[in-house]
Amino acid sequence: MNIRVKFRKYGNLRFIGHLDTMRYFQKAIRRAGLDVCYSEGFTPHMIMSFAQPLGVGLESDGEYMDIRVNSTPSSAEAVRLLNKNGAEGIEVLSWRELPEGSKNAMSIVAAADYEVRFREGCEPPEGWEERFASFLQRTEIPVRKETKKKTVQEMDIRPWVYACEVRDGLIFLTVSTGSAGNLKPELLLQAFAEQEGWELPRFALLVRRKEIYADLGAEGERKLVPLEELGAEIG
Amino acid sequence: MRKLALSDEILMSVEKPARYIGGEVNAVMKDKERVDIRFAMCFPDVYEIGMSHLGIQILYDMFNRRDDIWCERVYSPWNDLDKLMREKQIPLFALESQDPVRDFDFLGITIQYEMCYTNILQILDLSGIPLTAAERTDEHPFVIGGGPCTYNPEPLAEFFDLFYIGDGETIYFDLMDKYLEWKRSGAAREDFLRMAAQLPGIYVPSLYEVNYHEDGTIAAMEPLCPEAPRRVRKELVLDVTDTYYPEKPVVPFIQITQDRVVLEIQRGCIRGCRFCQAGMLYRPTREREIGMLKRTAHAMLKNTGYDEISLSSLSTSDYSHLGELVNFLIEEFGTRGIRISLPSLRIDAFSLDVMGRIQDVKKSSLTFAPEAGSQRMRDVINKGLTEEVILSGAGQAFDGGWSRVKLYFMLGLPGETEEDIKGIAHLAQKIAERYYEVPKEKRNGKCQITVSTSFFVPKPFTPFQWARMCTKEEFLDRAYIVNHEMKEQKNHKSIRYHWHEADVTILEGVLARGDRKVGAVIRRAYEKGALFDSWTENFRNELWEEAFAECGVDPDFYTVRERALDERFPWDFIDIGVTRGFLEREWKRAQEGVVTENCRMKCSGCGAASYGGGVCHEH
Repeated sequence: MNIRVKFRKYGNLRFIGHLDTMRYFQKAIRRAGLDVCYSEGFTPHMIMSFAQPLGVGLESDGEYMDIRVNSTPSSAEAVRLLNKNGAEGIEVLSWRELPEGSKNAMSIVAAADYEVRFREGCEPPEGWEERFASFLQRTEIPVRKETKKKTVQEMDIRPWVYACEVRDGLIFLTVSTGSAGNLKPELLLQAFAEQEGWELPRFALLVRRKEIYADLGAEGERKLVPLEELGAEIG
Repeated sequence: MRKLALSDEILMSVEKPARYIGGEVNAVMKDKERVDIRFAMCFPDVYEIGMSHLGIQILYDMFNRRDDIWCERVYSPWNDLDKLMREKQIPLFALESQDPVRDFDFLGITIQYEMCYTNILQILDLSGIPLTAAERTDEHPFVIGGGPCTYNPEPLAEFFDLFYIGDGETIYFDLMDKYLEWKRSGAAREDFLRMAAQLPGIYVPSLYEVNYHEDGTIAAMEPLCPEAPRRVRKELVLDVTDTYYPEKPVVPFIQITQDRVVLEIQRGCIRGCRFCQAGMLYRPTREREIGMLKRTAHAMLKNTGYDEISLSSLSTSDYSHLGELVNFLIEEFGTRGIRISLPSLRIDAFSLDVMGRIQDVKKSSLTFAPEAGSQRMRDVINKGLTEEVILSGAGQAFDGGWSRVKLYFMLGLPGETEEDIKGIAHLAQKIAERYYEVPKEKRNGKCQITVSTSFFVPKPFTPFQWARMCTKEEFLDRAYIVNHEMKEQKNHKSIRYHWHEADVTILEGVLARGDRKVGAVIRRAYEKGALFDSWTENFRNELWEEAFAECGVDPDFYTVRERALDERFPWDFIDIGVTRGFLEREWKRAQEGVVTENCRMKCSGCGAASYGGGVCHEH
């Protein structure tokens, strides 16, 4: 049986990297005494995978991991056990059973919501909200991105921005995420800064991921569904 | 949310920020307004090393059982953060409260190896605590040292207010009660030190004066006040079953060096290898009851969620109920995705059977520590392992499917000859030959034998405390002899040989048997930038060479000098139970190549029986 787990990562635990978050859950699951499946062999490991790594320094209200179990208590009980055995900074939000034959979270990630704000003292010049809105009206936003082979490649990131809104100094973004095209909010803000001719300082952005989606739409049409909605509550 | 001592910008710009945020599972949080004593417990190395240390976890758990004490953890900030903290004048903080260490009542530092001495000064410096005890005032915490290096605390004497010598489980609470009494009385700082000096195991270096002969050796060490005892006797926890053991150790977020549950099955070792300091310091051997170990293993795995448990002791094979314990662990946890690791096992039929059950034979390697290449030399060091036993163990292992072997040796042992040195290569060769006796179709490819040598450092409270240490050139020459001999041999393609650099070893030798005069050198080296000396990539020998020269201290005095049998050593004021007479007898027997029986075969009258327990009183 496969389970999809949704969790928050916040506060001081934003300094814990992706692999450490995985190890955190392996230990939390054992502390909670949940009946998960292990691989065979002399170094057995839990059969788990994460939807999308979250960078160090980022917070999230919508992280996902899939895990295979032999048996499970009710969703409410599993959530309670994991939080009781957890640390401040990670909160499990849901524990849902996936239908037989579901694809794992990692393979279906299509988009994510982000909330971005500027750290105090790092705000752009006055009136940036309007200018950022019109920046997004462009049909193309070319950026230079370093590839894994260390060559610099020019690419257009505008198609990866699905939605954007600026409210009270906060930027709300829905962007393409996952293997098909992955846009980090920093890259978009950097392009904006470059176009405006000011420098975006290091660590200027406070980024919080809000949700991760799969795309259930038919050809050419996008239908974003939060990953947890693909699973069902266990009573 | 707990407030952090470091800003986001700093945490985002250093390697592994999780080293500095605390908040781990099982970390103890208390209300600082509701405790009387704040104790900062420090391991002066980076988080991943310090967090791997069992002793600190034991003391952390013990202190925090008392409602009036809050014990927190402190580790060395890595080079990147060290630099930023100095630039921005950020005081060193404890992980739990993130409060500055200098506001604590105590700073306890465990001193596990000589090469951390400059890191001790880093901890004091970054905390804003004066480096020397003499400069400290009522504003500052008391700085107390513990751990194996305190059995010769003299090179560090000026930096510590007190040393706790021996097992930490026994008198810390008495010391804390004295502290509370003193604090309420409003007496002077020195009054507390005088009170503390009367407790067993506590050494207050400022209450003693050392006088030297013209040749630089010690003439006398005199107490300066009646409270300071002439001899300080090591503390020892006799009952290691009914004592403190952390059932809920702190679980780090990041991977640490020993990232597993550690179960200490016994303390001490019955073997009496003459080079081994731990084997003498922790006498008499004391075993924990198996029932306690089973219960503790359960609780620790449950409370941490670790997927691995390791037994810890100086010689696992000597634990009386090892078979029962190992079977219990395999049956109880092996099926639940939990790995079991058994370090320091003697290779024999029993251990091969166990290892075959808990690890992949094809991927794992066997470890032998013959320590010396020839039988003559193994008799000198009293390592009761014969070539026959090694070859038969290796043979059984090869027949069972193993093909990788690691061998550990020391070079520069007292009385070592060229034949002994070459013996290292010859033994490796014989093991390789034994492998190729296995029929080809049953072999797992080529065999891989890895030979490592370390350079021998004579340590206090061992029979070799009188021994002359080799020079750097002598050490390296010996390594070249081994290397050359290896290459001459038939099976050299199956054998790989590693040896260490010798500079660090020489320095370790100075610090291990140093006296108070060495303190100035440590300070000078630190001021010149020496730090994390145990990390090869960090070690800068030239800083130490300059420091020795500038302080007018000759390192050769501590290393290559011949010591007379009646020389007074800096550590002679400490009584570890094992007598100097016994060590002297053992030194003579070593020179004659005579083996001494282990504690279970025959009591050799070392003196540890005076503690009234452990292996000495088993029968």
